[in-house]
Amino acid sequence: MTPALVAKDVVAGYVPDLPILKGVSLSAQSAKVTVIIGPNGAGKSTLIKAIAGLVPVAEGSVALNGQDITNPRPDQMGSAGVAYVPQSDNIFRSLTIRQNLDLVLRNAGKEAADRRDALFAQFPALADKQTEKAGALSGGQRQFLAVAMALAINPSVILMDEPSAGLSPKAAQEVLEYAKSLTAQGVTILLVEQNVKQALRLADHCFILADGQNQVDGAAQDLLNDPVVGQIYLGGKRVSAA
Amino acid sequence: MIQNLVDGFLVGSILSLGAIGLTMAMHMLRFANFSHAELLSIGAYVALVFDGLFSAIYPALAGAIAPLSLTWALSLSILISMAITGISAILIDRLVFKRVRAKGGELSMVFASFGVAMILRNILGLIFGLDPKLYSQDIVFAIVVSRDPFLLVKPDQVFTLIAALLIMFILHLVLSRTTFGYSLRAVAENPTLAQVSGINLSRMIVLIWLIGGGLAAAAGVFYGLTNQINPVLGRDLVLPIFAATIVGGIGSIYGAVLGGFLVGLASNLALVILPSGYSPAVPFLIILAVLLIRPHGLFGEERA
Repeated sequence: MTPALVAKDVVAGYVPDLPILKGVSLSAQSAKVTVIIGPNGAGKSTLIKAIAGLVPVAEGSVALNGQDITNPRPDQMGSAGVAYVPQSDNIFRSLTIRQNLDLVLRNAGKEAADRRDALFAQFPALADKQTEKAGALSGGQRQFLAVAMALAINPSVILMDEPSAGLSPKAAQEVLEYAKSLTAQGVTILLVEQNVKQALRLADHCFILADGQNQVDGAAQDLLNDPVVGQIYLGGKRVSAA
Repeated sequence: MIQNLVDGFLVGSILSLGAIGLTMAMHMLRFANFSHAELLSIGAYVALVFDGLFSAIYPALAGAIAPLSLTWALSLSILISMAITGISAILIDRLVFKRVRAKGGELSMVFASFGVAMILRNILGLIFGLDPKLYSQDIVFAIVVSRDPFLLVKPDQVFTLIAALLIMFILHLVLSRTTFGYSLRAVAENPTLAQVSGINLSRMIVLIWLIGGGLAAAAGVFYGLTNQINPVLGRDLVLPIFAATIVGGIGSIYGAVLGGFLVGLASNLALVILPSGYSPAVPFLIILAVLLIRPHGLFGEERA
């Protein structure tokens, strides 16, 4: 198994000398779902933002398919094949659905129209509303639009920051399952989730962070059934993998 | 009453042009730029200089385009002024705001903008003097459109209104039909998401200053054409332009246009019931009224 994305001993934070991540390491296997979980303030979102170039990495490194991409320019991550879906405000509300897609496809030249049509074929619910303002979409549809925007650049890796946040359980399940289905096309998924049990059932591998440091990592199924992990991180109750 | 309505539309169109640039820069760079209105002054004076130059070199251009007082030389100068003012806005950003942005917070930026405004205003005063200037010494009589109700309109006012609306229409086409326009709106709405969507933020900052400066220049010339040009033109317009921006919702380009017309109309209609001395207070009353009902302005949304 080759890791697509590797973060090594990353120290990062919004303010210099006040690191939120205190030497976190992580690897996301190619065409698998890797989930990062942990309590609030653990640094999960900061890690994903540091990888995306939105939070400066003070020490450590990030590599994509063996190439160093530490502290990239966020606008160049797309051309490197990495898409990032923020937790909230992940679509342009004042633009229509179609304009949102055209925006991310603006450098695709003649292919743009075909790729937009292909995305609409993949997300029929969005196609029906393509001339509506994206701000009028429901939470679940917004999340799908955000994913469609990420897919528009044909990424090899998608970073998702709590894709199920604020969604109904049904919509959350749909979004997570869709993310999982992308791995069949060879896309690597790295996601941060609060919705721990749901995420662990879908994920292949899991990293648990707390206080800006790695705590435990392992196969998602194993962690789901681990009594100690269950006690500390999954709300005290053992949950079944079924 | 109708006279006030017409005057209000005219002033509103000028405020709208000024507010578009302000709302874009303010939302993207996250600071209240009190020097933005000085770009109107720069625009007005640059056009004055080129108008004089062209008229001297090619006297044929100095003729007025009847029935306007506007000359061919000035029409050409407006375009040059838009470009030069846009470039000035970029230079001011490079020299001052970019440096403050790198080290200081939003408040430092606001204070820096006050400083920039004062410096620009006084430089203009030093170069051109404090006396009001006019683009044309010709007296152009207003046309009586109707006697009952009494309505006077100057041809220059009609030109200004049409030109301002035309500029806004072109901007609308760019914003609603081109991916460049989508990028501009995206950056105004959510700079971080725009960045992760592959938009080069520093290049957009330059373009936003260029466009904002250009529109401000047009507004400055139009103001000069229908009033007069003096170094405190920016100071006089800064508050109404801010009012337009806030009322429309910071970051919303269409909001800025609507806000400009609202403030222009309300200030002029207020003259019907209030003594003229109270007119400058009206924009603030509108801000209060709108923000009480919609805290993020008419088209504004909560910050991302």
